[in-house]
Amino acid sequence: MKPARHPIQRPRDAKLLVVSPTGLLQYSPRSELAQFLRPGDLLVANDAATLPASLDGIHLRSGSPIEVRLAGRRSLAVDDLREFCAVVFGPGDHRTRTEDRAAPAPLRAGDALTLGPLKARVLRLLDHPRLVALAFEGTPDDIWAGIAKHGKPVQYAHVHEPLALWDVWTRVAALPVAFEPPSAGFVLDWQLLHSLKERGIAFATLTHAAGLSSTGDAALDARLPFDEPYHLPQATVDAIAAARRRGGRVIALGTTVTRALEHAASRGPLRAGDGLADQKLSATSTLRIVDAIVSGTHEPGTSHYELLRAFASDAVLARADAALIANGYRTHEFGDSVLIERGAARQGNAALARNAATRPVPMATKETSTSTPATRATQLRCAGSTTCWESKKTTPSLRP
Amino acid sequence: MNATSTLQDLRVAVTGGTSGLGLALVRALHAHRARVAFVARGAGRVHRVAAELPGAHGIVGDIANKLDTHRLALQINAALGGLDVLINNASSLGPVPLAPLADTECEALADALATNLIGPFRLTKALLGSLSASAREHPGRAALVVNIGSDAAVTPYPGWGAYGASKAALLHLSRIWSEELAEHGVRVLSFDPGDMDTPLHALAVPDADPASLKRPADSARELLARIATELAA
Repeated sequence: MKPARHPIQRPRDAKLLVVSPTGLLQYSPRSELAQFLRPGDLLVANDAATLPASLDGIHLRSGSPIEVRLAGRRSLAVDDLREFCAVVFGPGDHRTRTEDRAAPAPLRAGDALTLGPLKARVLRLLDHPRLVALAFEGTPDDIWAGIAKHGKPVQYAHVHEPLALWDVWTRVAALPVAFEPPSAGFVLDWQLLHSLKERGIAFATLTHAAGLSSTGDAALDARLPFDEPYHLPQATVDAIAAARRRGGRVIALGTTVTRALEHAASRGPLRAGDGLADQKLSATSTLRIVDAIVSGTHEPGTSHYELLRAFASDAVLARADAALIANGYRTHEFGDSVLIERGAARQGNAALARNAATRPVPMATKETSTSTPATRATQLRCAGSTTCWESKKTTPSLRP
Repeated sequence: MNATSTLQDLRVAVTGGTSGLGLALVRALHAHRARVAFVARGAGRVHRVAAELPGAHGIVGDIANKLDTHRLALQINAALGGLDVLINNASSLGPVPLAPLADTECEALADALATNLIGPFRLTKALLGSLSASAREHPGRAALVVNIGSDAAVTPYPGWGAYGASKAALLHLSRIWSEELAEHGVRVLSFDPGDMDTPLHALAVPDADPASLKRPADSARELLARIATELAA
């Protein structure tokens, strides 16, 4: 597929491919998305605002330029932001393909970085040369101000013009916790939200720290997505229960919403509160909550595409891919969209999910800020077996 | 109306929070144990006010500057973990000293519009995600945007052209936006604080007798009572 090169969230000619449960394909202007939702359905979006997570600066010990892309944090708490997982690059910027970016100067634990007004220190090297844990100096307010002032949105070579925050914030962007935009949400505007209300389609949000979609390194990319903290509001749990009661579908706006809802549901009855999505959804995953997904178009081999395999069979996805290419659909964050209903071919999943749907969903009475997920969130693994927040025996000593 | 119980833990952002009505609002909200973030241009004043009020979050930026809009929204959302009430208080008088419209440079009118109309429009727009999230998460309680108005928005005072026209536009913007956002649980209010003893008023009417003017703290108290009423409505 050809990439969408211009940072326009809602191009007039944006397209939608609708994949029915039986694998039938329908072509539509994306502006008619609401027509494919039914009264009683619930659309759930990720309201995370996108951080300007790319910070350029200097690695002081070597004096060489470095670009830090913030990539993970152990929780969504706004005052818990001293430590981040980060992917690091040497000199250069987004105009060079990430695959071709130079490595940074060799880093050691304890190395100091100046990133504009921010000062940071390498806490640990993780188990990949481009992956580190780092800590910022200063108060949370100072760190937020420094990130706001100096950071730029993470971007890739297919978009040439430098992105501004307004290019990557969705219309419903709220808490700044995403490292890349939850870009399926670019379809949203207030006119669409008004149309949904008029048509009796409910709308709810959760907050999920969408992570990097690519690092430029095949080994690291194979581990994406990293663990991502999320917050599921009580109002959204209630909205899902209400949709179930009236026979409506739950439609996830994007892969991050799907990942958060399915993670929350994998632990038993859906409850409000904080969690850390550490599972990868794929062809073998059981979808307990999400009946359909609205997503960007994704290419085979990416983690986003893997997630789509939970919704439709490989045969259906292959036909959809061919149709996207044949009809000039564009890919990447500013590209066109698909709406995939969980397939009849996913018989096992669908049956299971239907059972889940008919089960009453118990209401959580209180947000579970002290529950198991929050406790687990203190041990965020950034990727695979990499523990970001605890020293491991592989952690290099401060001495060379 | 017990304002404290309504305002406690409420997440409120105030622009122009280091002088005049804005400072009085920040102090009063702090006293009511609301969670407050305030914005102003001068780093020195921001840090002094933040030091005076432990727990309040001072943010440096200019609402009239488009490039600051999302930086400010990011820091407000981060400081408070979301937002329940936005008070667009920062205002510009336009030409100083006041001038007849025919003597007002078009740049001076544009500056007044940037601070009094376009700035609040942009910041509100950037914060609508968190305001509407607040409304969804608190069924039955609206999120609020309060735009500080003036009787100059309604009465055509000679010499107040740039200020009056910009405040009139802000008043109408508030009314339209409130209609549009009602279904999303966000209410947009205008509040006329009256003639107060503030730096802005001193610029406009340097020889006014301060004793004849309202104290900003009194206007702040009235606005917080109004906010408490709106939230309970």
